[in-house]
Amino acid sequence: MNPRLASAFAKGRSALVAFITAGDGDTAANLDALVSGGADVIELGMPFTDPMADGPAIQAANLRSLGAGTTTREILMIANEFRERHPDVPLVLMGYANPMVRRGPEWFAKECKGCGVDGVICVDLAPEEDQDLGPYLRAEGVDLIRLATPTTDDARLPTVLDGASGFLYYVSVAGITGKQQAATASIEQAVARLKRATDLPVAVGFGVRTPEQARAIARVADGVVVGSALVEIVGKHGTAAPEHLREYTASLAEAVHSARKEAHA
Amino acid sequence: MSTQPNSFRNQPDERGHFGQFGGRYVAETLMPLILELETAYRAAKVDPAFKAEFEDLLEHYVGRPSPLYFAPRLTEALGGAQVWFKRDELNHTGAHKINNCIGQILLAMRMGKTRIIAETGAGQHGVATATVCARFGLPCVIYMGEVDVARQQPNVFRMKLLGAEVVPVVSGSRTLKDAMNEALRDWVANVHDTFYIIGTAAGPHPYPELVRDFQSVIGREARAQMLSRVGRLPDLLVAAIGGGSNAIGLFHPFLDDPEVKMLGVEAAGHGLDKQHAASLAGGAPGILHGNKTYLLQDEDGQITEAHSISAGLDYPGIGPEHAWLKESGRVEYTSATDTEALDAFQLLCRTEGIIPALEPSHAIAAVAKRAPGMPKDAIILANLCGRGDKDIFTVAEALGVEM
Repeated sequence: MNPRLASAFAKGRSALVAFITAGDGDTAANLDALVSGGADVIELGMPFTDPMADGPAIQAANLRSLGAGTTTREILMIANEFRERHPDVPLVLMGYANPMVRRGPEWFAKECKGCGVDGVICVDLAPEEDQDLGPYLRAEGVDLIRLATPTTDDARLPTVLDGASGFLYYVSVAGITGKQQAATASIEQAVARLKRATDLPVAVGFGVRTPEQARAIARVADGVVVGSALVEIVGKHGTAAPEHLREYTASLAEAVHSARKEAHA
Repeated sequence: MSTQPNSFRNQPDERGHFGQFGGRYVAETLMPLILELETAYRAAKVDPAFKAEFEDLLEHYVGRPSPLYFAPRLTEALGGAQVWFKRDELNHTGAHKINNCIGQILLAMRMGKTRIIAETGAGQHGVATATVCARFGLPCVIYMGEVDVARQQPNVFRMKLLGAEVVPVVSGSRTLKDAMNEALRDWVANVHDTFYIIGTAAGPHPYPELVRDFQSVIGREARAQMLSRVGRLPDLLVAAIGGGSNAIGLFHPFLDDPEVKMLGVEAAGHGLDKQHAASLAGGAPGILHGNKTYLLQDEDGQITEAHSISAGLDYPGIGPEHAWLKESGRVEYTSATDTEALDAFQLLCRTEGIIPALEPSHAIAAVAKRAPGMPKDAIILANLCGRGDKDIFTVAEALGVEM
């Protein structure tokens, strides 16, 4: 596992993973706000014209970003500059396969490495199609973070874990981003099931919006992912977003960090 | 060529790949269901009861076999090869789409699914899906881009009459690709009880294969009809291509007949140098909607908006088997513009008394270009995959006629 990601999950408490879409608003200032608010891991969304797994909030962010003319090179530049400002904060790119492989997976993997990206989450790259990206990322030492869902049963889990690194992203509901949240009891059960199958940290996301929800999940999981709620703040406040993001991230971070969770060795 | 396969009819491989194309590029939530669908389809494919029910419905409900028709006045007007049509526009619901819907709804019920969703562009697949849902008493939600809802009002009303809920999609370009995104979003949230009837030979494996298999009834019938009517196979097959289901349905049974040439016709919209929907001619390989195939996209891999006067061809991708057939050289692909399709539409109306849909009008446009240069004893067989009743308002507007 990438050392920055490893240390983010080894602080003896649950980690806050904060997502925003690249190119939506003043991304550099927004990212700085997430860090100063207390986010442990940054997920930077790569906008795509056809975000099939996303709900209305992140769809709208994608459209705002692409409407502003965001390019892949600009996203990588945002990542590179983030790495210069924040040498120790783990940064993960999240998006869809087509923009990642467009110039060739080798190109993308080398750029990720060169820009200080620690991991990549590719929503529509099933483990069955790992050949399109996985080997290239692994060759550059960039983690390929896989997703597990309520429909990933025990028989399938080894397929998902084969080649997974960084952390395991548990999608807590069968659905799209930003919608309803799963019951805490079912999340606890699911995380326990995943932890029996892997030593990777397990971060839980999809539908986590409030500090209360985040606190409940942080009691049972290694990390809590919040996306749509932050993206909505960016959409609502525009250039004034950083101060609102910092404030909301701080409330999430307080909840997640104080929920208590022993580190997993 | 030394890389020619022994057969063009044994794709895809066990992982759903047609050469480098196809595959299963879906969110993890959907993967277990996709695998379950594959298992269910494998079992259905070898089950005589499934086959018998499929064929019974095609004969008595859809009205198959569809006629094979020699078009004498069109042939005379073009002055070259004989032009024949496979009359799939005479099917119940007016297009080839129903063949696939019958197959998929039988599969859905076999899998115990109780709710059906589908995407539609022109509305033909939506109507066909709503039809089979009414026939079997299953609730049905059809996703349709807002732009298409506006230009295909008659089909929207048909779907509603048949009991379907039609959801206008307001995201993205508000056409077929966005309807597919929205259907995928619905599916991922309702995997436990919902079956997604995909309308074209695209999407994640096993959809391209099973849609092709259900549509291959077109080519199997045409092949037998040709042999019995003229004692030989046609020289050239022609079919329009959006996703490519009517084309693959016609072509597939002929792929290992080397004397039969094949021509797929994409929609060139305003022209290949302007806005169009010809992903093979103007696109590049990429990943969208569960498969790897040719896509209209920019240098960053963002999907660009397609345009065609035909809502059914207005899609920035193409079925993966066509991408493979293009690269292997077995099938030739060309395109026809909106204007050429409109001309061909009118030509068929006047010469044969048949009002074609705008989709096969693209195929007829290609026939009109090829036939004059071919000998009079040559045979062209084109797939007349849909009738034009749904398009008369669009055509009137394009021709500047007030209705």
